[in-house]
Amino acid sequence: MTTAVEKRRRLLPRWGDYGRPRELVVRYLLLFLVLGLTVGPLLWQLLASLKSTSEDVFGADATLLPHHPTLRAYRTVFDQVPVWSYIRNSLIVVALSITSQLVFSTTAGYMLSKPGWKGRKAVWVVLIASMMFPFESIMVSLFISIRDLGLVDSLAGVWLPGFVGAINVLLMRGAFLAVPREIEDSAMLDGANEWQRFRYLYLPSAWGAIMVVVINTFISAWDDFLWPLIVLRSESNMTLTLGLSRLQSSSFGYDQRMVMAGSVISVIPVLILFVITQRWFYKGVSSGAVKI
Amino acid sequence: MTVTAQITKPVPVPGTETSVPGPAPSRLRALLPGPAAGANGAAMYRRWWLPWLWTAPAIVCAVVFGVFPFLNTVLLSFTDAKPLGGAASFVGIDNYTRMLDDSDFWLATRNSILYAVVVVPLMVLLPLMLAVLVEKNLPGIGFFRSAFYTPVLASSVVVGLSWQWLLADDGLVNTWLEKAHLIRSAIPFLSDSWLILLSAMGLTLWKGLGWYMVFYLAALGNVPKELHEAAQMDGAGAVRRFWHITIPGVRQAMMLVGTLTGIGSLRVFTEIYMLGSSTGGPGGADRTLPFYIRDVGLDPITGNAGYGSAVSVALFALTLGLTLLAQRLTKEDES
Repeated sequence: MTTAVEKRRRLLPRWGDYGRPRELVVRYLLLFLVLGLTVGPLLWQLLASLKSTSEDVFGADATLLPHHPTLRAYRTVFDQVPVWSYIRNSLIVVALSITSQLVFSTTAGYMLSKPGWKGRKAVWVVLIASMMFPFESIMVSLFISIRDLGLVDSLAGVWLPGFVGAINVLLMRGAFLAVPREIEDSAMLDGANEWQRFRYLYLPSAWGAIMVVVINTFISAWDDFLWPLIVLRSESNMTLTLGLSRLQSSSFGYDQRMVMAGSVISVIPVLILFVITQRWFYKGVSSGAVKI
Repeated sequence: MTVTAQITKPVPVPGTETSVPGPAPSRLRALLPGPAAGANGAAMYRRWWLPWLWTAPAIVCAVVFGVFPFLNTVLLSFTDAKPLGGAASFVGIDNYTRMLDDSDFWLATRNSILYAVVVVPLMVLLPLMLAVLVEKNLPGIGFFRSAFYTPVLASSVVVGLSWQWLLADDGLVNTWLEKAHLIRSAIPFLSDSWLILLSAMGLTLWKGLGWYMVFYLAALGNVPKELHEAAQMDGAGAVRRFWHITIPGVRQAMMLVGTLTGIGSLRVFTEIYMLGSSTGGPGGADRTLPFYIRDVGLDPITGNAGYGSAVSVALFALTLGLTLLAQRLTKEDES
């Protein structure tokens, strides 16, 4: 028998437990090297956005840290560019996408997880088939459909092709299948109808999968570039990524601090989401979504 | 964490229905009213159209924005449709013969294939090495894992802007190289067509590292720790253990990452757009297939949706070929 104190002492890690010191030093050196390579460019962008106009961003005289940190670039970018309008448009697309994806992927996923109705296999085949075609190989035809619907240069046109993704339906189906049948049976005994069972039994049990759907939808809608570039035309309808890419090529391009400020603004919402929901984030990766 | 796990763990009580072993349907089902409350359970009480109602939006989306556009792409590829509308006429296989003679099409195909050839092996190996590096639970490792993931979160546009400035003639990379006297004049990362393509590949890798690192972390958990310990006792170094234990242990995950990144490489657009400007490199020399599709098929004035569709079909064929190849390799690997 060991005493509680001894037990506690053994639970506390000591540096010696992590391996030989030399190996440990090499590991941390590598970790910091990769840290510099991965976060460095983004951090540099943030630091440069805080520089005043009297400081060089580029060239031999440029320093890494701003001497006189200022938010001037942020004020300028909001003053001279319709950033609020870009943000609002991006948020509209994000909100529409999340709402439709959530509602329709859960309802469809729920029914697909239930046996005993005709046509279930056919629905399954159609959903799988729709995932076979890379977006880039059908975008010409998609644009023509959107044009025929009269949605060119509208946010609805950006949102519509992705109003519910087959991958999310499959994800929700998997989550609902994991709910034990016995629980459903007892709910039925208690007189809960289908909607009640879906709403109060299945949805709360699939919380993790729902978060994955929300996060993936948020990121892909917020970061999307090619499709908005094809659909949108006028400045007042542009999303943030589109506005940013134009900022660089336009006459504002000479003041990089401003463009960097814009970039920082666009990363912040996703970073906040990441910090809050980190644990579901990683789940989304292993759920098999295609991404490069 | 462990505390909650203990609490939520179901305690089996003998005699209760939930712990009855054996296949579904459970005993509770027999208690339900209705003629044959058996295997179908809830389905007995559901009207036939209800499942269709609940799945309708997903079906509509899959058909209207997935299956139909593809069939339509094939149809369009035999016409001379314009992206902004107007009369379209049937032109037979003209678009395809034009494509085979189109040197720009072949250039885009070469760029896309080259992209896959360079990016896939690196994207299979580098994130794996990174995952091995962050696998061990060291103090602060959570911070490093999250930090390595941040490039995944930023949009390609933001990341592209950042690289644009890093690689500019007076950007950080060239300045540092000059200060270190490694080069005399700036390396034209953003004006030489080969360097643009390479930089874009680097950008893709850099942005994908964190994503596949997390992917591999899950796979690494399945490699038995005992193997590593045994090998270490036998005096095998870190490098040898990586090649002989880690890699065979995560083979399946590597095949999957290879397939995913291969398909992803054929979809590259934004990286080229950001680093090679909206023309896709000098004279369009760095255009990939999606880039080329957008240029020839969707330009409001000069675009030809028919021709763009023919190129789209070629892109689809290439993707399908790659997927089948990957499937075959995976199967051979398993047997």
